[in-house]
Amino acid sequence: MSSAQLDVQLVAAVTAVACAIPGVFLVLRRLSLVSDAISHAVLLGIVVAFLISGELASPLLPIGAIITGLLTVTLVDVLRNSGLVREDTAIGLTFPFLFSIAVILIARNAGNVHLDTDAVLLGELAFAPFNRLEIGGYDLGPQALVVMGGMLLLNVALVVVLYKELKLSAFDPELAAALGLAPGAVHLLLMSSVSMTTLTAFDAVGSILVVGLMIGPPATAFLLVESLGAMLFLSGALGVVAALAGYWVANLLDASIGGAIAASCGALFLAALVGSPTRGVVAVGLRRGRQRRQLGAALVVARLQREQQPVALDSLAVALGWDGRTLAQAVAAAHAEALIAVDGEQLRLLPAGQAHRSDE
Amino acid sequence: MNLLVDPTFRVVALGTAAIGIVAGILGTFAMLRRQSLLGDAVSHAALPGIVGAFMLTSSKATIVLIMGAAVAGWLGALLVRGVVRSTRVKDDAALGVVLASFFGVGLVLLTFVQRWPEATQAGLNRFLFGQAATLLERDVWLIAGIGSAILLVVAVCWKEFALLTFDPDLARTLGLPVTRLDLLLTSLIVLAIVVGLQAVGVVLMSSALVAPAAAARQWTSSLGRMALLAGLFGGISGVAGAAVSAGVSRVPTGPAIVVCASSLVIVSLLFAPHRGIVWRIARRRAGMRRHALPV
Repeated sequence: MSSAQLDVQLVAAVTAVACAIPGVFLVLRRLSLVSDAISHAVLLGIVVAFLISGELASPLLPIGAIITGLLTVTLVDVLRNSGLVREDTAIGLTFPFLFSIAVILIARNAGNVHLDTDAVLLGELAFAPFNRLEIGGYDLGPQALVVMGGMLLLNVALVVVLYKELKLSAFDPELAAALGLAPGAVHLLLMSSVSMTTLTAFDAVGSILVVGLMIGPPATAFLLVESLGAMLFLSGALGVVAALAGYWVANLLDASIGGAIAASCGALFLAALVGSPTRGVVAVGLRRGRQRRQLGAALVVARLQREQQPVALDSLAVALGWDGRTLAQAVAAAHAEALIAVDGEQLRLLPAGQAHRSDE
Repeated sequence: MNLLVDPTFRVVALGTAAIGIVAGILGTFAMLRRQSLLGDAVSHAALPGIVGAFMLTSSKATIVLIMGAAVAGWLGALLVRGVVRSTRVKDDAALGVVLASFFGVGLVLLTFVQRWPEATQAGLNRFLFGQAATLLERDVWLIAGIGSAILLVVAVCWKEFALLTFDPDLARTLGLPVTRLDLLLTSLIVLAIVVGLQAVGVVLMSSALVAPAAAARQWTSSLGRMALLAGLFGGISGVAGAAVSAGVSRVPTGPAIVVCASSLVIVSLLFAPHRGIVWRIARRRAGMRRHALPV
């Protein structure tokens, strides 16, 4: 593995963790698509700042990005609070508009804007190692790594300092307000973090991947664990897994790294969706089946207890109003637990069934 | 340049108008059913279908690409539905995951195809931001054909869709096949989206779906009038966007259409009678004058 390859993976992994942290709160607060909105809208801030300053390295660019990020959130809030459109429509109206203006501005000034819309949208992680940060002749590593590392520290600091406030405003904003924890200010800080993370990640990985990394790992973790702390750590870890897996898949296919990482986030989510031991489709399906069989067995036993004599299968079906398949499953379940015996067409209770109480 | 007599422009404008009308009318249902952002996920999710269809057939015929887009977009929509119904993950996160991961797969395929010796990927990139200038006359016929079919189904199932939109529980008690109707309407929305991708692009197609409907909602409270008005707004945005894109150099069609549609939204939010912001302020002022005590 060359040092450039190592650098790309480091940048991807650090970006993944930096994105996952604010992403957890977006997913919990049902604001996931705000990341989509901000990641598209910040382009306008970057373009306008660039047109004013004339250079890509200008400090105006991050400022412009944060302002547009917050502007997007504010516009969505204003639209929603006007009562004229609902929140999802407000998001769907706001960011395409801002993004469209940005794309038109870039296209119109193509001669003197060295911003490629494709690159902004899609990112190019493979170039990250070649843009190095040097101070006083010392090579500090790829610029993207330093920037994303800084962003990661900021996000960690935000969560450590405001853990209680963020937690409460994620789960119970009314209580947070009542306790004087300023959910408005916390919301603004979280949105600033999303805007800044988006902006810094953008350069390296493109706006769609930002959405993937912010939402994918937290949504996956949401299917696997039950506490906020565990969700934060697991999201970070899943982000790193997706980043590394995506990198190597892209390497193998000689294809877009950002795309492969976003796809890996989706694959992890799909795996958790199917296989999560507590909330996966398979586990839930098995659990429901077991509960259905247990309930069926309990109902059959209760019926037999009331009759106090062996009962024929078809009269039981009539009495319970069940079809043949439901009855067969219930009888099989009761039989398997040695609650009843089946003599041809007749069912009778065994001692365990006599003593069985359905509320146990 | 006189756009009106330019035959190329006429073809393009007819195409974008048809896209706008169909998207506007279907967008009415999408918006009222709180599926405004479904369009965003579906249009992004269509990308792997477009590239995949090209990889399988080596054809860039619009019908092939639209079919690929429809399959992938439909899968994305079903996945969102399935996740929301079977887990505690809410629709926003489900949409975000589907959007990003499908688009990621599309990008991987797109960059993979770019390495092919024939370098035939040119023409697929236009699906990112849309290039209406690439619409040919037969594409317009295709769009008009699919669009008419979509609208025909909407017209036939109008009462059912209206009930499904406003009161799904009542629809169920009346014995309507709610699940199947829901699938049908979602599929029509997916189809309306993928038909527009070539001209508007995957990134902005969601706006072409929602913006005309949001504008129309401000002017009327009747579903029928809202759908007609949304179709009209969509058609106007399509033609205006195509005109701007053709008349001003280096303006991609998708963003031009979105800016036109968004302008209609802004005007509607401000000035629509009864609901509009300016109207409400004026009424409040008038009310204050009327109730002011004589001094």
